[in-house]
Amino acid sequence: MPRITYIEFNGTEHTVDGDGGDSVMETAVKNEVPGIDADCGGGCACATCHIYVDEAWLTQVGERSPMEVSMLNLAEGVADNSRLSCQISLNESLDGLVVRMPESQH
Amino acid sequence: MNAILPDPYTIPLEKLDPSSPNLFQNQEHWAYFERLRKEDPVHFVDSEDFGPYWSVTKFQDIMYVDSHHELFSSEPRIVLGHSNIDFDPPMFIAMDPPRHDEQRAAVTPAVAPKQLAELEPLIRGRVQAVLDGLPVGESFNWVDRVSIELTTQMLATLFDFPFEERHLLTHWSDVATENPELDVNGNGRTEEERRDILMECQQRFMEIWKERAGQAPKMDLISLLAHSPATAKMEPMELLGNMILLIVGGNDTTRNTMSASVYALNKFPEQYDKLRANPSHITSMISETIRWQTPLGHMRRIATEDTELGGKKIKKGDMVVMWYVSGNRDEDVIENANDYIIDRPRARHHVSFGFGIHRCMGNRLAEMQLRILWEEILQRFSKVEVLEEPKRVHSNFVMGYTDLQVKLHPL
Ligand code: HEM
Ligand code: FES
Repeated sequence: MPRITYIEFNGTEHTVDGDGGDSVMETAVKNEVPGIDADCGGGCACATCHIYVDEAWLTQVGERSPMEVSMLNLAEGVADNSRLSCQISLNESLDGLVVRMPESQH
Repeated sequence: MNAILPDPYTIPLEKLDPSSPNLFQNQEHWAYFERLRKEDPVHFVDSEDFGPYWSVTKFQDIMYVDSHHELFSSEPRIVLGHSNIDFDPPMFIAMDPPRHDEQRAAVTPAVAPKQLAELEPLIRGRVQAVLDGLPVGESFNWVDRVSIELTTQMLATLFDFPFEERHLLTHWSDVATENPELDVNGNGRTEEERRDILMECQQRFMEIWKERAGQAPKMDLISLLAHSPATAKMEPMELLGNMILLIVGGNDTTRNTMSASVYALNKFPEQYDKLRANPSHITSMISETIRWQTPLGHMRRIATEDTELGGKKIKKGDMVVMWYVSGNRDEDVIENANDYIIDRPRARHHVSFGFGIHRCMGNRLAEMQLRILWEEILQRFSKVEVLEEPKRVHSNFVMGYTDLQVKLHPL
């Protein structure tokens, strides 16, 4: 049960237990953590599940696929640690993962 | 009214062609798409009007095509049919990477959250003025007096286009989206006349462009394009294309959502009651209206290589049509998809804005315009009552209304 902490733009923290195999996006939606819209439902096709990965976790979450890079072009305020949360799949090595939300999904 | 077309279930499946604009005007397309979703979700037909093409009618398949731009190209056009002469000005909606990405990136700041927040009070002021000028208690056409008027004003605001000349914007948009091949009950403009009008449009924009390029950068769309390194040296035809894209993108779509919201709330009166009792539903009501209406019925692609979709073999060069209007009624993804439910959970999970790299650039702007409109309507009128069934646009692309007679009731 990897545990994830989501930090909203206003600083509110939500720590929830995720299921291995679910994505960071799905875990947020299942636990009603606000700040991720996920309009396409996890298809890497809308860019409304944009999050910032805490620097300490950047290597563990893996690399962006070329499609994810294309879709991140559509998001607002993209930084080096930006990811689409539907493209990060949970496993035990991500236990303790910390991600931050942008001001709004665009 | 057009002649009634045959019941789709009496047509042999291999002949079933959902693309006739008459179907949409008569609202007979629903049954065609229902059958296709059930019996042949990726469906080949040699259309009398448009030639051979594939119809993709289920939500997940549409999303697959839309988000695989390397397999399904947007060039040279994104709608069914083709123009007689080679005029279509180039627009990034009909470009593949890398050109698409450069041009889109140049224009995107115009609809960034910060810019939208700046536009909001301006737009609200214009909405208030239009609503305050409406007659209460007598019938009028909501399409002309509200949907078209407001959309035109908002476009003028976005471009910082001379306000008194704003009707030119709608005129140009209408001319640009006109399809001469299908001009059944239209105005009979020839392709040459159409070209002349669009040349006027180009000249006017070039003048404004030069003026803005010589001034300090501002946040309007023309100034942004004129000052961005990616677009500053655009060819005149390319400039025209991008201008038209922004006018067209924000014109018919927003206009018809404004009409649809009134129509749907009247068709589902218990939903109107729910909205009045709890205006915090406005946001999800807007998304639900955009799903239920699907302002753009389809987008077209061309396969770039032999590929497979839903078990069918698509050949390089085949035309593939994503029927958004059908995907939004797919019961495997959307429960009770024919019903209009303003507080649907995950209301933004629809295909009306498309998916992938071409996903609608103006989606947040459109939602904002609609939200402001309804915030102001609810503060003024107890009901916008629809008096009769609306008249509709003759098109398989623009899902819209030409006449929606309403009467306003005071609070
Ligand atoms: C309810 C209103 C609207 C709807 C339903 C809508 C729908 C769409 C659709 C279906 C696409 C193509 C998506 C795809 O191919 O995957 C699109 C693209 C686009 N829309 Fe909208 N639109 C709306 C409002 C607006 C507004 C207000 C603007 C003004 C800025 C706008 C500007 C654009 C642009 C520039 C594109 C091209 C994006 C690209 O190719 O990268 N749209 N829209
Ligand atoms: S949910 Fe749409 S891109 Fe992640």
